[in-house]
Amino acid sequence: MDPRLVTIGRRLERIGRIVAVTGGKGGVGKSLVATTLALCCAERGLRTGLLDLDLTSPCDHILLGLDKQYPEERFGLEPPEVNGVRFMSVVYFSGPRPAPLRGEDFSNALVELLTITQWGELDLLVIDMPPGISDAALDAARLIPRAEHLVVATGSRVVVETVRRTLELLLQIRTPVLGVVENMSRGDGTRVAELADDHGVPYLGAVPFDPALEEATGDARALAGTEVAGALRRLSERLL
Amino acid sequence: MHEWALAEGVIATALEAGEKEGLTTIRKISITIGQLQNIKKEVFESALAAVMPASEPRLAGTEISLEIEPVRFRCRPCGNEFSLGDVRGPLDGDQLESIHLIPELAHAFMSCPHCDSPDFEVIRGRGVWIESLEGE
Repeated sequence: MDPRLVTIGRRLERIGRIVAVTGGKGGVGKSLVATTLALCCAERGLRTGLLDLDLTSPCDHILLGLDKQYPEERFGLEPPEVNGVRFMSVVYFSGPRPAPLRGEDFSNALVELLTITQWGELDLLVIDMPPGISDAALDAARLIPRAEHLVVATGSRVVVETVRRTLELLLQIRTPVLGVVENMSRGDGTRVAELADDHGVPYLGAVPFDPALEEATGDARALAGTEVAGALRRLSERLL
Repeated sequence: MHEWALAEGVIATALEAGEKEGLTTIRKISITIGQLQNIKKEVFESALAAVMPASEPRLAGTEISLEIEPVRFRCRPCGNEFSLGDVRGPLDGDQLESIHLIPELAHAFMSCPHCDSPDFEVIRGRGVWIESLEGE
């Protein structure tokens, strides 16, 4: 009997909604969408948490502008508030070192992180999922069955083909899907819209490609002023 | 794993399993903890005492037995087997604390003492589980 599994449900029971931002491929901008979405929701007054589940390549802390905050130990670990968002990541513990995790290790690390984190009361928890349809996707569906998946794609044919597989898996395992959002859009969203339509899930619109984004990385206030944040703010008002 | 989270999980799981078994009293809970978890026994015992619901009659006078299983690693590339004491360069307090919270982070702070690879498996001494429940 694994005593951790009972605890996970308790850790998440005072959270209103859980949105897992996912995609089939690395580089589509899941982390940017997840972090900016969390910032936009916090800005609207929602009590918001952000969990970076990309355990081997975490980067939300860079986007969010984490400084020296660290979780507080109180019956587990309480995530610190970073620019209005309660933030948890493996980076607090691994620092800049590479943490090479194979499948079972990855699953165990994910379970530990979910078990030790005391989120308290939240309106919304945004989870930044690692790419792909292996352990993380299956574990999230198993351990957090009420997580609603927000699938990120780009208009690239290569990405659409990979995201198609992700979407099919999510629907096959009966995971709630909020819809598909097109990131780094240059104006032609047809391919992503068709992908959503083919699978009977909502096409949630486009987040424009924004060359000014790199400059705003790590500065939450500057990030809030980008076109990316504008698009995700509208999306969050509609969805959450 | 954090001692408080562990204590809470052990009690909740024991009650759930006891219910399935139809136990009205749980006399003993036997727990095995991998050495890699780096659980502090006295902290865990006080956490258990604190999370034990006073109003729960099934847990009145329950004995908790705690076994620590020594950790053993096997390097995947070279096959070398080693223990925590064989690791080159002692781990510092922060690293041990990180491994205590998320034991898989051993892969970030340790490597095989023979070939230096961080690609090793934990062949035993990882995890926490309830071995058995006794009661009637």
